Amino acid sequence: MESAVRLRAAVTLLGRFPALAGVDLDIIPGEIVLLKGPNGAGKTTLLRLCAGLCSLSTGQGWVLGHDLNSERRMVRRRVALLGHRTGLYDDLTVTENVSFWARAAGADSTDVDEAMERLSLTGRLADTRVARLSAGQRRRASIASLVVRRPELWLLDEPHAGLDQQTRDTVDTLVRGAAAAGATVVLATHELERIAVLEPRVVSVAGGVVRGDNPTDSQSPNSPPDAEDDRRVS
Amino acid sequence: MFRDAWLIAGKDLRIEMRSRVGLNQIVPFAVTVLVLFAFALDTDQEALRTYAPGLFWVTVLLAALLAIGRSFAVDLADGAADRLLLSGIDPIAVFGGKAAAIAVQLVVLEVLLGAGVLLLFDVTVHRYGLLVCAGLAAAAGVATAGTLYGALVAGLGVRETLLPVLLLPVVAPVLIGATRAFQDAFGVAGAEGWAWLGLLAGFAAIYGVFGALSYGALLEEA
Repeated sequence: MESAVRLRAAVTLLGRFPALAGVDLDIIPGEIVLLKGPNGAGKTTLLRLCAGLCSLSTGQGWVLGHDLNSERRMVRRRVALLGHRTGLYDDLTVTENVSFWARAAGADSTDVDEAMERLSLTGRLADTRVARLSAGQRRRASIASLVVRRPELWLLDEPHAGLDQQTRDTVDTLVRGAAAAGATVVLATHELERIAVLEPRVVSVAGGVVRGDNPTDSQSPNSPPDAEDDRRVS
Repeated sequence: MFRDAWLIAGKDLRIEMRSRVGLNQIVPFAVTVLVLFAFALDTDQEALRTYAPGLFWVTVLLAALLAIGRSFAVDLADGAADRLLLSGIDPIAVFGGKAAAIAVQLVVLEVLLGAGVLLLFDVTVHRYGLLVCAGLAAAAGVATAGTLYGALVAGLGVRETLLPVLLLPVVAPVLIGATRAFQDAFGVAGAEGWAWLGLLAGFAAIYGVFGALSYGALLEEA
């Protein structure tokens, strides 16, 4: 089976700093993968690399069958990255934002309505400018603008940050639904107990390398990175 | 590709109309510059009339810097620039859309400032066709070069100060050509206005093609 993500000795330099210092990783389609590790471990860079937003300084990588050295544009069309920033325009309404990103991805208005409904962005909220939304509402609008893309690979960086309990549940449902539909989900979060119910494969990242990979120990994602096998995954 | 360029241009223009930054900040800035020129030279009405085309275009270029900077600032504010890369939209369409939106704003600015020049500087228009064509071609040239250099500096922390340093020397031919064409249109000098219009059109075409071809690489680096 072709890997959703395959990295071999992947190194990404941010300036002169090796944010990723030789990552070997395979993720199969349909997996839910939790990246865990301390701040500065390289999780965000790893997600951005998989999205085609960071380049490989050395090493090799393929995402959804596309070479990260030569086919990053093809990768980008098929993935969705929820990062620390929302990717929304403050002066447009929620509907205008979601519609813009939907049209950019070639989706139609039915997809927009469906996504807004799923994220409870209906009624007055739909016609509110993003600048006037709370942080949690902005996050929901951001997720809706990704849902319309129908990505094959979800890359979620702290997806629960700033959300209330109800919306956190919505995000969890979204992750389950995406995986059930055959999409691959890679997420980085510090809320490990919450994610445990999704039974993810746990990949520990520290110092820009994969320190441990425990596909079977899905019920204990809280164990610290140093307690994991100190080996790189291949 | 045209559909995507239209999508980008529509989005940028809608944001500008909604935010009113152009109307509330850029236009007043440009009018203030024009009025300051008038104050500085008002003892000599003949000098005002003679230099009106040059003062007009210097004012347009200064205001254009704000419009270009703003066009990229809205994409960078909350990570939309990354989303644009991930959207899969062809960089040529992004370039075309952003340049078109900036050009539309510049044309509106030219119309408002043109009215100001007629009012403050006491000039009369002799060749309306030349005036309109030169205004459109200059707007296209500034917009294409501005979009290119705006993307070049977009990822840098010093973009607000670096953009004028890089862009103003590049658009000097637009300033010269548009000033000469307007001198002819206003009848204040015997310049070959239509020949200068050719320079403006050539500049816009060169930067349009160069920008379209290089924009993808610039976005990657931004």
